[in-house]
Amino acid sequence: MHPHRLSRRRALAGGIGALAATAALGPLSGCAAPSTAAGPGQTRLRFWHLFGGGDGVNMQGMLDAFRAEHPDVSLEAATLQWGAPYYTKLGMAGAGGRAPELAVLHLARLAGFAPGRLLDPFDLDLLADLGVREQDFPAGIWQRGQVAGEQYAVPLDTHPFVLYYQTELCEKAGLMAGGKLKRIEGAEEFADALRAAKKVTGQPGLVTETLGPDCITPWRLFATFYSQTGGKVLSEDGKRLALDDTKALRVLEYMAGLAEEGLMVRRADYGASVGIFNGGKTAFHLNGEWEISSFRTTGIPFSMTTVPTLFGRPGTQADCHAFVLPHQADRGGATNEAAHELVAWLLRNSVAWAEGGHVPAYLPVLKDPAYLELKPQSEYRGAIDDVALDEPAWFAGSASRMWIELGAVFSGVLTGSRSPRGALTEAKARLRTLLDTPDPLPGAAS
Amino acid sequence: MTTTTAAPPSPVNKRATAPGRPVRSVHRKWTEHGLVFVAPFLVVYAMFLIWPLLSGLGMSMTSENITGTGGEFVGLDNYAEAVADPDVWSSLWNTVWFTVLSTVPLVLVGLGLALLSHQLRVVQWLWRLSWFAPFLLPSGVVCLLFAQMIFPSGFGLADQMLAAVGLEPGIGWLSEERYAMLSIVATTVWWTVGFNFLLYLAALQAIPVHLYEAAELDGAGAWNRLWHITLPMLRRTTGLVVVLQVLASLKIFDQVYIMTGGGPDESTRPILQYVYQQGFTGYRIGYASAVSYIFFALILIVSLVQPMLSRRRAEEAAK
Repeated sequence: MHPHRLSRRRALAGGIGALAATAALGPLSGCAAPSTAAGPGQTRLRFWHLFGGGDGVNMQGMLDAFRAEHPDVSLEAATLQWGAPYYTKLGMAGAGGRAPELAVLHLARLAGFAPGRLLDPFDLDLLADLGVREQDFPAGIWQRGQVAGEQYAVPLDTHPFVLYYQTELCEKAGLMAGGKLKRIEGAEEFADALRAAKKVTGQPGLVTETLGPDCITPWRLFATFYSQTGGKVLSEDGKRLALDDTKALRVLEYMAGLAEEGLMVRRADYGASVGIFNGGKTAFHLNGEWEISSFRTTGIPFSMTTVPTLFGRPGTQADCHAFVLPHQADRGGATNEAAHELVAWLLRNSVAWAEGGHVPAYLPVLKDPAYLELKPQSEYRGAIDDVALDEPAWFAGSASRMWIELGAVFSGVLTGSRSPRGALTEAKARLRTLLDTPDPLPGAAS
Repeated sequence: MTTTTAAPPSPVNKRATAPGRPVRSVHRKWTEHGLVFVAPFLVVYAMFLIWPLLSGLGMSMTSENITGTGGEFVGLDNYAEAVADPDVWSSLWNTVWFTVLSTVPLVLVGLGLALLSHQLRVVQWLWRLSWFAPFLLPSGVVCLLFAQMIFPSGFGLADQMLAAVGLEPGIGWLSEERYAMLSIVATTVWWTVGFNFLLYLAALQAIPVHLYEAAELDGAGAWNRLWHITLPMLRRTTGLVVVLQVLASLKIFDQVYIMTGGGPDESTRPILQYVYQQGFTGYRIGYASAVSYIFFALILIVSLVQPMLSRRRAEEAAK
């Protein structure tokens, strides 16, 4: 899921003292396999995921429903902390060959996750028997789950960057029509909308995370607008730098301009950006759709829509949660079938999942009346067609080196500590360094 | 060479003090070496320190990844890359800068508090407790306390205090480069000064009272007593405190990891965090090991050079 600053900071990677760091890691003695809670005649199914907050509650509810329907399966779910530590654990489990039967992975990280060595492929015939086939998914994201002709990831959803708007303020600023935000088209029009909102409140019209530990939003902001210019960060195969200086500079200058003119809050960490929008004096908030639960809880009048097209073509930064089968030395049999069964069941029932803001990847659910009744969740379902996933590179995807490093660089553009041109130079230098570094986890299949 | 101890000399003692008797260790039972008693410690020490040290050194010469699969021997390539890596140097500099910034106040404040507490004869337990108490808190607690109650921009305690005296609040204590490192230093001082305070207090209590009495008879005032007796008598402790503090400060990780994540713009990222990033989010255990060995060399130099310096000073003072 998404980093909630508080929860991320809570868990420390145990003070890695100089010695632990110096010594890297000695051989870890194998953990004893936990005693299974599976009763007689039950199939044991372990599922690792990274859903905290509102997502965690939703997932818990879905898993409980699955348990009720499948008394023959003993499902043990583990919620692990979102972010880099999750992938460290998952990788190590797969390397040991004693991983859980099923896990969640961000689709854009698949390339760097050694498919074929740390991950096992899905059995497509088995999935088809359970009602899950290729044609049930948007072609682009289904294919992203394939490596060397095998299906290593099955997408659950896409979680795009969206525009939240405070309906009452937008009404006052004359930005609404028929209970919805008027269509905004082009960079200047968006800036005008922010100006109109500022006139009403005297405060910046937009708030988003601009700084903080491992802040990623500045990267999401850049990636969204840059994808709208039609530019690519990396080549199709993720092996070369493809950043278009002119287009990137246009986007960075626009971002810097919004902050300079006081149209957006210059300094806000993640928690503060959510808090400020919750305060009800800011018309717009740019963030992933996962914060819907927070704003619902406080009850401010708000709605959500896809990020307006400011630079020519629709596009928004996103990643997808996907299911993967971590490598087990003896994968197969009843436990593997149970894993496939859980995947299919969760996909078929992903209306419940959509309540947390995510757009289901399983197309039959997108047509489900129950989903279409979800407001504002179904308002931005079109984002699934414009998902701009990172190019497949080992250092890309959620909580990856690329996001964290470029997030830090573009954070400077918003806070005013870096010039757009300087940020572009720095971003390119960092991308080159990452490209020059060989993939530390080469997959058998890649 | 007679012992003046009232206690009957132990066999070991006798051997050590008996003149002209060669020590024939061959005939000793091995328990006499105490080996059997330190064996458990040695085993743990070897397993959790010596072996990881060596295996880390080995790993630093491979392209090993986090999962321990598929590293190849690359010789000194990782070291060459690390020396040419600007991030290594910038994070090393941040570490050194933090050490400089934090060691000075941690030593001076610790000394000041100890002198105060030593002078204040009333409710001494209270001073001791209140200055040492923060040191007992885990780093996570302290850092969250400061990051979420004291330093938040606009509504934190630090900003409220500024506002109370009529200054402009809204300072990015942790989010502006000018202040972030200083905020981390301030947090660290509050949290760990109690340890140095305790060392100084113990040393103060060990200064013989008759020195002060003699000085008073000679008409030395409080200032002179401090300057000519107390501080010189604390010299050794200061040496110890400085070394321990420098080593502790060089190992900075927790505070930065929790409070700023190394930001803003990596201006507070210490070398250990860079090791962590390369190893645990970049999966390059081989490279991370090489960087940590470079850091290890630095720590080793510091811990070896310092005693040599203080020994030389002590010898000069003895002349």
